[in-house]
Amino acid sequence: MTKILSEAASGKTVHTVSGITVRLCGDSGDGMQLLGTQLTNTSALAGNDVATFPDFPAEIRAPRGTRAGVSGFQVQFASDKIFTPGDVLDALVVMNPAAMVTNIADLRKGGILIANEDGFNDKEYKLAKVESNPLEADIIQQSYRLFKVPMTKLTRDAVSALGLGNKEAERCKNFFAMGLVYWMFGRSLEPTLRFINDKFAKKLPEVAKANEAALRAGWAYGETTEAFGVSYQVEAAKLAPGKYRNIMGNQALAWGLIAASKLSGKELFYGTYPITPASDILHELTRYKNFGVRTFQAEDEIAAAGATIGASFGGCMGVTASSGPGIALKAEAMGLGVMLELPMIVINVQRGGPSTGLPTKTEQSDLLQAMFARNGEAPLPILAPRSPGDCFAIAIEAWRIAVECMTPVMILSDGYIANGSEPWRIPDLDSMPKIMVSHPEGTDDFSKPFLPYERDENLARPWAVPGTPGLMHRLGGLEKEDRTGNVSYDPDNHQHMVNTRARKVSEIADRVPPQDVFGNPTGDILVVSWGGTYGSCHTAVQRCQQDGLAVTHAHVRYMNPLPSNLGELLRSFKTVLVPELNSGQLRMLMRSKYLVDCIGFNKVKGKPFSVHELVDAIKSHVSAPEVVTDSEESLRHRAG
Amino acid sequence: MNLPVLKAADFASNQDIRWCPGCGDYSILAQMKKVLPELGVPREKIVFISGIGCSSRFPYYMNTYGMHSIHGRAPTFATGLKSTRPDLMVWVITGDGDALSIGGNHFIHVLRRNLDVNIVLFNNRIYGLTKGQYSPTSLEGQITKSTPMGVIDHPLNPLSLALAAEATFVARSIDAHVTHLGEVLKRAAQHKGTSLVEVYQNCNVFNDGAMAYAQEKSQRAENVIELEHGKPMIFGKNRDKGIRLIGTKLEVVSLKDTAIDDLLIHDERESNPSIQMMLARMRYPDMPEPIGVLRAVEGVSTYDDQINHQVELAKAQRGMGDLQSLINSGDTWVVS
Repeated sequence: MTKILSEAASGKTVHTVSGITVRLCGDSGDGMQLLGTQLTNTSALAGNDVATFPDFPAEIRAPRGTRAGVSGFQVQFASDKIFTPGDVLDALVVMNPAAMVTNIADLRKGGILIANEDGFNDKEYKLAKVESNPLEADIIQQSYRLFKVPMTKLTRDAVSALGLGNKEAERCKNFFAMGLVYWMFGRSLEPTLRFINDKFAKKLPEVAKANEAALRAGWAYGETTEAFGVSYQVEAAKLAPGKYRNIMGNQALAWGLIAASKLSGKELFYGTYPITPASDILHELTRYKNFGVRTFQAEDEIAAAGATIGASFGGCMGVTASSGPGIALKAEAMGLGVMLELPMIVINVQRGGPSTGLPTKTEQSDLLQAMFARNGEAPLPILAPRSPGDCFAIAIEAWRIAVECMTPVMILSDGYIANGSEPWRIPDLDSMPKIMVSHPEGTDDFSKPFLPYERDENLARPWAVPGTPGLMHRLGGLEKEDRTGNVSYDPDNHQHMVNTRARKVSEIADRVPPQDVFGNPTGDILVVSWGGTYGSCHTAVQRCQQDGLAVTHAHVRYMNPLPSNLGELLRSFKTVLVPELNSGQLRMLMRSKYLVDCIGFNKVKGKPFSVHELVDAIKSHVSAPEVVTDSEESLRHRAG
Repeated sequence: MNLPVLKAADFASNQDIRWCPGCGDYSILAQMKKVLPELGVPREKIVFISGIGCSSRFPYYMNTYGMHSIHGRAPTFATGLKSTRPDLMVWVITGDGDALSIGGNHFIHVLRRNLDVNIVLFNNRIYGLTKGQYSPTSLEGQITKSTPMGVIDHPLNPLSLALAAEATFVARSIDAHVTHLGEVLKRAAQHKGTSLVEVYQNCNVFNDGAMAYAQEKSQRAENVIELEHGKPMIFGKNRDKGIRLIGTKLEVVSLKDTAIDDLLIHDERESNPSIQMMLARMRYPDMPEPIGVLRAVEGVSTYDDQINHQVELAKAQRGMGDLQSLINSGDTWVVS
């Protein structure tokens, strides 16, 4: 509900709203990502639930001012629990014409459009390939609440006293924009002031002063200028009690891997090759050498996988990460990992494909690659995190399965999760269950030959580590006799080994939690999703449930083996709808395994699902007519 | 405490050897089993990692730890293993196809990183396991299964490639020259850094006699020069020929009209590889081919030392990492 909180003497009004979705867009060099992360952190610290969606261009520096060079950051902050960065924008901040024309379609009618007036001139129109000033189009004036602010000039004025040149002053304009946005949405300046101090005060004190001056000037502008009559406030959300921090997906993966190494008493070896959007995991882990983490930037993706296997062979926790094209290269090595039956983790931070595809856009089209892209029958367990924070838990679970079953395990993340952020309840590591690892002990007794392929109750073979006396053995990619590990071409043995390797993976389903659901375990429609679509699917199902539909949401995290109760669950609904950012991969797997005619809702545009389109898709499969409210507005009433 | 004295037989595994009778690989295996006991390293501390090829069956025949990996990639497994387990003695067994064709990239990088492993490259100038296709070291014009009209590639020289990658130990020996082979393997093991040993190996089924000029005892003295550090370069059945550096070229000279003092003195420890490069390029029949240690530069930092040093340094500088502190750090807030 809108609550008019106060009317200052200057005639300003403050509205309390349950949430705001803002997108900040500018040229790649305009500092929009920094502005976005600051706004996110500040909002999280204020107790809001937040969700983000950074949208980078693929090139490092596309030509300035062009549409290809537009960099955007979207954040939703709310006083409710939210699961997506928002479908439709309440506010759009644009620093140049290119940013405006590429993003205006997502701003809702009546939404706030803040433009840097100084960024709109003939030169910029040409670069953005527009005929004239897009801000002056009638439709803009009629549809939105437009605020034209001479940000560049005002920033220069604000920092002029500090003696900075024009070019340096201009670089602070994102802090001016930040100040204005903070005022408009009732954000505190304190966290950003702290950030400026921590980052710049020591080495570049002039820059620190300039950024602070720009920030305060932006705030003051909003506060004093009559044009800005209304500001907003979003109160703290009721999250579960605990200590929180903001976390991004790749960061959570890195920390989860370190946690897994601690919980298992194993040193972490991370072999990798730079690739968007996985490189940040390397950048993060390489800072933690004092945790015993050894990172290895290999000469190529294959070497990264090979080194990882070599490290596991030696008794370390071996991890490698890449994106689609790199996983394709690692296929042969992963097959060897399956044959050697060594524990390791392979992370795919999925991006738009095929081939080089869309490096900075999100997609989830590598599931079938994870399942099948190795020669022969080479199954391995696959897990998929559902959100940035979930990456921490998934990393630990993946390593637990890897050592319990002596197998490579894949984690399927995606660009959206990797770069997105959300509040994360900080766990207490001491209370987390340890990951049990054992290695057979050395022996002087050579009368009993060591059997490297003897199996335990999980069908795992012993992890006998080089250096252990008396257990010398040779591993290899050739098929091997069960138990002894000798090379064998015997027909029955091969069948037995193929069956055993398959069983080793499928029986994991007996030891992991069954599939949980949001909603009733039976009903009309079951929405089955996986990976980074969790937030939008959950929110969409929530809205449909509130509209009275018998819809349930099952979000799968164990992709292989699929949960033991999933088949039964599918058969308990009239319709199974599988929204995927691919052409129907989980759908194919479930149809094949369960003989249930699941229906797909597929989008392969390099963009996440909007809640709106999912609600429409769900409702289109409702058999009986239901009362339907305007789904966009049903959960939250926005101001203005 | 009495440590067991190991013999060659202690290193034999219980597997039947499947190489063709007459294959040069038997000789290399025999020499390895002779050398290993002399190194004083317990069997459990030794690991053989191979790629794919006849050469790469080697680990199965050694009673040590071993991994028969994938084609061309053995150096990558060795890198992960040695970096995390510097206490192990790691051997990479490879071949001319495995190391120089599909594995060329990894070959270069393991050498430039100077990982403390020993690479033995069985060069038979053919693809034996897949039955007779040409390899990157096959000669131009060679008729093989895949080149019925003759090889049109120019061959690659593994020693030149290794020197170009700044390898710190580069050597060559011959399967049939058993004492020499044993000595070279031993020196390779003793070197700290990547040791590359190219072994001329006869594939009697698909490329028999390709290097007979070097392998046949009767021909060897005239066609091969055994390098010795600090000694003048002399060869020939009657030790009547030498190598002289004239300007920027190496020349074969007769000791009838050239003084020994004017001969090139082999310097394996010279860190500038220029002369060593010239030695690597000496090819039959124009020049005698060098065997022995072309290059052995000690004191160059190894990858395994450095990667572990940085970890220790980080711990010393910042203290042991505390994950709970890390995840609690930065901007946090409490919901009560």
